[in-house]
Amino acid sequence: MAEPTGGRPLLQVEGVVKRFPIRRGVLRGAGAVHAVEGVDLAVGRGEVVSLVGESGSGKSTLGKCITGMIRPTAGRIHFDGVEVSGSSRGARGNFRRRVQPVFQDPRSSLDPRWAIERTIREPLDAFRIGNKAARAARVRELMDLVGLPAHLSQRKPSELSGGQQQRVAIAAALALEPDLLVADEPVSALDVSVQAQILNLLADLRQRLGLALLFIAHDLSVIEHISDRVAVMYLGRIVESGTVSEVFTDPRHPYTRALIDAIPRPDPTQRMSRTRLIGEIPSPVNPPSGCRFHPRCPVAIGVCSQDDPQQTTFSSQHRAACHVAAAQTASLSELPHERAWL
Amino acid sequence: MSDSLLEFRKVSVDYAGRGGTVSAVTDVSLTLIEGETFGLVGESGCGKTTLSMALMGLLPDIASVRGRILFNGSDLTTMTESQLRELRGDRISMVFQDPATSLDPTFGIGSQVADTIRAHGDVSRKQAKDRALGLLAEVGIPAAAERYADPPHRLSGGMRQRVVLAAAIANNPALLLADEPTTALDVTIQAQILDLLADLQRRHGTTILLIAHDLGVVAQICDRVGVMYAGQLVEVAPVAELFARPRHPYTRALFDALPSGSHQAGALRVIAGQVPDLAHAPTGCRFKDRCPSRLAECDETPPLAMSDSGASIACWLDPATRAAGGLGPLAIAGESNG
Repeated sequence: MAEPTGGRPLLQVEGVVKRFPIRRGVLRGAGAVHAVEGVDLAVGRGEVVSLVGESGSGKSTLGKCITGMIRPTAGRIHFDGVEVSGSSRGARGNFRRRVQPVFQDPRSSLDPRWAIERTIREPLDAFRIGNKAARAARVRELMDLVGLPAHLSQRKPSELSGGQQQRVAIAAALALEPDLLVADEPVSALDVSVQAQILNLLADLRQRLGLALLFIAHDLSVIEHISDRVAVMYLGRIVESGTVSEVFTDPRHPYTRALIDAIPRPDPTQRMSRTRLIGEIPSPVNPPSGCRFHPRCPVAIGVCSQDDPQQTTFSSQHRAACHVAAAQTASLSELPHERAWL
Repeated sequence: MSDSLLEFRKVSVDYAGRGGTVSAVTDVSLTLIEGETFGLVGESGCGKTTLSMALMGLLPDIASVRGRILFNGSDLTTMTESQLRELRGDRISMVFQDPATSLDPTFGIGSQVADTIRAHGDVSRKQAKDRALGLLAEVGIPAAAERYADPPHRLSGGMRQRVVLAAAIANNPALLLADEPTTALDVTIQAQILDLLADLQRRHGTTILLIAHDLGVVAQICDRVGVMYAGQLVEVAPVAELFARPRHPYTRALFDALPSGSHQAGALRVIAGQVPDLAHAPTGCRFKDRCPSRLAECDETPPLAMSDSGASIACWLDPATRAAGGLGPLAIAGESNG
C-alpha cells in the first residue's frame, strides 16, 4: 500500500499473512483458512486509514495482527521503526501500550459488573501508572475528554446508553496515551444519531491528541467521512488503496466499483439500477486461482483466472491489483468499448 | 386512491415491567394502501418493531394493545390465536433480520418451504414440493433441486434469506412484513436481496411493510415512509417528498446526522440530549426536549395532519397540524415547515 506522505510511518505492515489451520470437521488437517494473504499497509502519525471489505475479507484478522491479539503466520509489522511482530516481550510491552483496540459492541467489551470508573482505570492499574490519587484524576480527565459527565463514574455499563458505553470503551483505550487506535466497526452497532456523536468524538480526539486511527468498517459512507486514506480488502488481499477521494471518485478495481455501487443511497431519485455483483465471496479455505475476484468480476479477461495481479500504481498514493485496470493504463485503445468505465 | 389493506387506528402498546409501565407505541394511526411498499423508520426503541409485532399478534404477555388494527377490514386485535395462525404465513407473512431464527436448523430448506404451502392449502406432498422448487428458483437459489434437502447451515446468510423469502411468498400473501431483512447482510448481498424484494413486489403485487433503520434502504425501495420517534409516528410522506423536504424537526435532525458522503465535510450535526425514558415519557411531543424549535404548545400531543404536499407531520410548527389541533397560525413568522 502507498505510504503516508512524509517521514517514517507510525505503523508499517509488510507482507503479512495469517492462516488458520483447520482443526475440526471433515477438512481437519487438510488445509487452512487463508484469512490474510500478503498485505502491505502503512499508517502515518495522526492519520486516519480505513480498511473496508465484506465479511470474510480478512480486515478484522489484519486488525488483530496489528494490535498483537494474534500472531501473523508470516510478514513483519513495524511500529515506530521497531519490529513488533516477533520481537521480545519488552518491545511488545511498550508497543501494547501505544496501540489500543476499540471494538464494535461495547456491551461485550466492557465488564458488566464493573463501574465505568474501574473499567477506565484498569489499564492504569495493570501498568502500575501513578498512585491512587493520580489514577483517579486521570480517570476524571479521560471521562471529560470523551464527553462523559463525571456523575456517571459509578454507573454500570447496563445503566448507560450504547453511545455512552462506546465512550467508556474509548476512554479506557486512551488511558495509556496510545499513538494508534485500531477501531473495528466502532459505530456499526449504534443508531445514526449516536454514530454521528462517536464519529465526531474520534475526529476531535485525532485533532486534540494527534492520534492515528486504523478504522475497520463496512459502511462506505462512514469511511468516506472519516478517512484520509482507504484500503479495500477482498478475500485476504488489499485490492485497491489510495486517498479517500481517489478511491471514491476514481475507483480502479471492479470490486471497489461494485462496493460503491451497492451502497443504498439515501436518495430516492438515485435508485440502484447499476450492475449488480453476482454471487458471494468464495471460501477463504480454497480461494480462486489468479485474481481472487475473477469469478464474480464483470470485466474479467482470460489472464484473470491464471495470474495473480500485481499492484499497479496510478498516483503517488493510488494503487490497485487488477489486470484490466493495468492494461487500460498501459494502453487505453486496446480495450473493448464496454470496459471503458474503468 | 386505491384500497386500504391495513389500517392502524390509534394503536398504543404498553409493556408492564418492574420499573413501571413502558409506553412503547402511542396513538399510532396509519393506513397502508394495497400494493405499496411502506417503510417504517426510526432508531432503536422508537417502537417500529413493537408496532409490527402487534400487527402479527406476536407480542409477549406483558404487552397490552389498545386501538384497532384492521386487515382487509377485520380487526386483528380481537382475533383468537387460531384465527391469527390461519392468517400468518398465508395472507400475512414475515421476514426477519436473522434468517437463522426463521428456519429450522434440522430440516432441509425445500421441505420448510413446502411445509408452509401445506400448512395453509390442500395440496399433495408432490404438488407442494414442485411449487417449493419453483419458489426456490424464483428467489435465485442456484440448482434448487440439488439443494432441496440441504439444512440451512450449508447456505450463506444471503442464500438463507432467499429461502425465508421463498417461504414468505409461498402462499401469495397480501401483506409481507419485512423487519430489517438486509441488516445482517453484506452490502453487495444486501443490494441483491433488495432487488429481489422489489422484483417480488412487482410480480405479485404484494403490499410490503418494511421496517428499517437504514434510510438508504428505505430510499431505494419504498413508495411511502413513516418516521417514528419514541413511540410516536411523527411524519408520513411519499418517499421523494420525505427525502427532498423532511419536515418534522426529528426527521431533519436524523438526515443531518448521516455522513453525507462528501469527505472532509467537518463535524456531523448531532441531536442534543437523549431519547426519553419511555417508562416516564414526557407528555405531549416526545421530541420536545431535544427540539431546536420547541414551542409552549409542545406539552400537548400534536396530531398527525396531512398538508397539501401529501406529507403528514405531527408538529405544532406545521400549519396543517395547527389547524387539525384547533390552533391558529403561529404568531411569530419563524422557521416554518412549509
